Amino acid sequence: MSTTTYHLIGTRPPRHDGADKVTGRALYGADLKLAGTLHGAILRSPHAHARIVSIDTKAASQHPACRAVVTAEDFPETPDRIVDLGEGDTPLSYIRGNMLARRKTLYQGHAVAAVAATSPQAAAEIAALIQVVYEPLPCVLTAPAAMAKGAPLLHGDLRCTEFGQPTTEASNVADHFRQVMGDSEKGFAEADVIVEREFTTSTVHQGYIEPHTATALWNNDGRLLIWCSTQGSFVVRDTVACMLDLPVSRVRVTPMEIGGGFGGKVPVYVEPVAALLSKKSGQPVKITMTRREVLEGSGPTPGSFIRVKIGAKQDGTLVAAQAYLAYEAGAYPGAMVAPAATCVFAAYDIANQTIDGYDVVVNKPSTAPYRAPGATNAAFATETVLDEIAEKLKLDPLALRLKNASKEGTRRADGAKFRRIGCVEVLETMKAHPHYTAPLGEPSHAEAKRGRGVAVGFWMNAGLPSSCTLNVHADGSVGLIEGSTDIGGSRTSIAMMAAEVLGLQADDMRPSVVDTDTIGYTGVTGGSRTTFATGWAAYEAAQDVVKQMKERAAKLWKVDEVHFADGVFSAGEHRLSFKELAARVGEVGAPVVGRASINAKGPGGSFAGAIVDVEVDVETGKTSILRFTCVQDAGKAIHPSYVEGQMQGGSVQGIGWALNEEYFMSPEGRMMNASFLDYRMPTALDVPMIDTAIVEVPNPVHPYGVRGVGEANIVSPPAAIANAIHAATGCRMRHLPMNPPSVLAAIQQC
Amino acid sequence: MRSFDYAAPVSLAEALALLAAHPTARVLAGGTDLLVQLKSGRRETPLVVDLKKIPELKAITFDAAEGLTIGATVPCCQLTAHADLRRVYPSLAEVAGLIGGTAVQGRASLGGNLCNAAPSADSVPLMIALSAQARVAGPQGLRTVAVEDFCVAPGKSILGPGEFLVSIFFPLPAPGFHAHYLRFIPRNEMDIAVVGVGVSTTVQDGKIAAARIALASVAPTPLFVKAAGDSLVGQAPTSEAIAGAATLAQAAAKPISDMRAPADYRRHLCDVLTRRALTATLGAQ
Repeated sequence: MSTTTYHLIGTRPPRHDGADKVTGRALYGADLKLAGTLHGAILRSPHAHARIVSIDTKAASQHPACRAVVTAEDFPETPDRIVDLGEGDTPLSYIRGNMLARRKTLYQGHAVAAVAATSPQAAAEIAALIQVVYEPLPCVLTAPAAMAKGAPLLHGDLRCTEFGQPTTEASNVADHFRQVMGDSEKGFAEADVIVEREFTTSTVHQGYIEPHTATALWNNDGRLLIWCSTQGSFVVRDTVACMLDLPVSRVRVTPMEIGGGFGGKVPVYVEPVAALLSKKSGQPVKITMTRREVLEGSGPTPGSFIRVKIGAKQDGTLVAAQAYLAYEAGAYPGAMVAPAATCVFAAYDIANQTIDGYDVVVNKPSTAPYRAPGATNAAFATETVLDEIAEKLKLDPLALRLKNASKEGTRRADGAKFRRIGCVEVLETMKAHPHYTAPLGEPSHAEAKRGRGVAVGFWMNAGLPSSCTLNVHADGSVGLIEGSTDIGGSRTSIAMMAAEVLGLQADDMRPSVVDTDTIGYTGVTGGSRTTFATGWAAYEAAQDVVKQMKERAAKLWKVDEVHFADGVFSAGEHRLSFKELAARVGEVGAPVVGRASINAKGPGGSFAGAIVDVEVDVETGKTSILRFTCVQDAGKAIHPSYVEGQMQGGSVQGIGWALNEEYFMSPEGRMMNASFLDYRMPTALDVPMIDTAIVEVPNPVHPYGVRGVGEANIVSPPAAIANAIHAATGCRMRHLPMNPPSVLAAIQQC
Repeated sequence: MRSFDYAAPVSLAEALALLAAHPTARVLAGGTDLLVQLKSGRRETPLVVDLKKIPELKAITFDAAEGLTIGATVPCCQLTAHADLRRVYPSLAEVAGLIGGTAVQGRASLGGNLCNAAPSADSVPLMIALSAQARVAGPQGLRTVAVEDFCVAPGKSILGPGEFLVSIFFPLPAPGFHAHYLRFIPRNEMDIAVVGVGVSTTVQDGKIAAARIALASVAPTPLFVKAAGDSLVGQAPTSEAIAGAATLAQAAAKPISDMRAPADYRRHLCDVLTRRALTATLGAQ
């Protein structure tokens, strides 16, 4: 575990954006009001699947408040090609098609046309004047239905890739891959206990509070300026440039403060549309989605059908595992089933594995990442099957997991071998945590039953490029320039890593998240990479500052060699603190500007576990969360409050996913609960204080040992809650959400 | 949302005249339903008539000989803070604290809850259990309607053209009277009742002398199940008597399946919640 001592890292200074955020002064996307801004509105498909026969924009265009109308025809005519805009290789036509439908609409809420007008009310009214003639088509809403023979096809041109090879059959399955390690048939033959179960999980949304919003100005000099709410300004820049066939240098994207994303603000929805409207109208155009539009027209995360089979010896050794993962991509391929395959058995050393993954298109919104995308669905299956095996073998569920836990050198079915990881340490911390052995307490009424459950989850995290610039000011403070949207306190954590090198305090740092013209390329705030990678860039930039400061001191003191330790430069008798030297830099040379850009490798991966106590009202099926503990390996917690915040946030989202959240679809593919009233995310009264225990097994490649902590924490809660419900009621839950009607039905049947 | 005009009359007569002149106007109390409906486009109106400046509609009057009168626009936060109301009608104070969150309770009113005529209205089953009477002003003068007869369909009430609710009257409870509203929501807050049950019981000399039971969210309107309450009259407050009344309440329910819950689950909850609510009032003896 971590033993190095630091002066700043591991402490909890106030965040740099704190004052602005608590006083309401922080500027979010919708706060921007450029002179002459028009308001955009998007017309969306009422049908889950339909052919667009015609679009008549005449009446809309003639409205006195209308300034522009656009449809898919307004995108430049460029040949289709494969592009990677931060979410893997995707045909350009699919990305464009999701922004404004061409020929067909593939989900209810699919954008069809957009208008710009002088007020938001007028824009909504004008959008409704656009006449679209649809020919409704039969829809498919789940992976098994879409995979069935004779299912309606979403894309006439989609051909399944089978084991990496293209096939010729039109299909809703975009990809079927298989990962094999060892011989699972042989493994199951050696098993004393085999449990095989089927699971389904509903489509869920990230539920960020701030809707998507963007203002675009197609300037008179031909430059396109965009201000928006995004997890990756460079992804927006590259996507907009690609959609509109512009060189990236013509597009400048300014990321505003962000009110949550959780993966859902990696894809781009409104920016290119606002840009087209601005080009046509000659004025800035702002588009802000309504909540309904966010739920119906942005990207939720896949629903899934999963089958998991695990075999164990009498002593608890896991000998074989098999998974069938069919994930709903929504309207366009990309269901993130590959990461699901990576995570499904990642916590365990199992010699024989076979994993099949299917990426299946259905008539629901095109899915987006959501915090450890794919892993939560998979862990729900694996971790409840393991609970059943532990029950059959009369083993403690954590002891079973510890016996088989992955460690350094364990190989996964995707071929990767783990470096130093903290899976064992997380499980040991869970086992030793007072929560695990605390009495459950008496149920609150005669029809209530209590139970405790555990589960663990894994997320591999991402690296990607990051850039950082440090400007040393004469008063010894340092301006830190970076390009990572700050969602969870990252600008302070990043600044702390530079300050640690420089011997400064957090308050000496002035971090800014800037536009795409002002900082080197920086990947998305996603994949739990920001504190890891941009923090690493800040560390390297600080090393560059130290090198230049040493040169200035050498010149000042006329010596050859200068030492730097604990924030003090020295050579023989000479000593100057960082701040003292900063004040004198001008005497001997140019200002000090430190720079670094990195392509971070070795993100390390993080394990997180949940211990949860529930009380189930067996007459109503309602589950209450009594106590919840999240244990996670952070590598090194730079700012423990923000690590705990991630652990608590992920846990709460996992609780919501477990208990009530779902896209409730009508048979015709309409989302019936497109509001936060009926899309039931947990409120403050639905969750207890989430206890946290940070484990620190340093990531060996990172200068401070950081592992990303943003995602692994959401993976285990649904499984842990299902296991707790079983402990309370004796019933196994195999569908998410485990809402009161479904828990009651399980109680009545089991 | 379409733009609309706004008027705020200060007397019953002025309000009646405005509504007579503008038949498509909508009246506004707290606006926690109306404004949401206007914003979402579910309703449109050229004129919103705000009734919050009319004295009769913003007063709470308690008469120890008669009962309690609550003006139609009095916000829930004033009900939860009213000493006589808390003492004599504690269940009413509780339900006022149940509607929406704290911010909504600063605006939302029992009058608005009733006039919105949603089957899921939390306060209506309790008002029925409390034998509340709605007082309505209209072109033909004042009239009184029992709360259980007020709603006729989802979003529709007995209010005719030019009519509006002035106040709701609650008779004095008899000795041995207890009332309770119990709802089921999947979350613990900010949710619509999957099923709600309002009950009242009066126990005298160890026997149930009167009982009223009403349900929310299981029919097109809040549902008064007279037979279920009547079945208790003359009985001792036993669990068998309670179970019998709950079975009758369940049998009267005609729920639908929607995104909030399946019909059979709602039907099941009618039994569970009625039993629990009656156990609460009869156990309070």
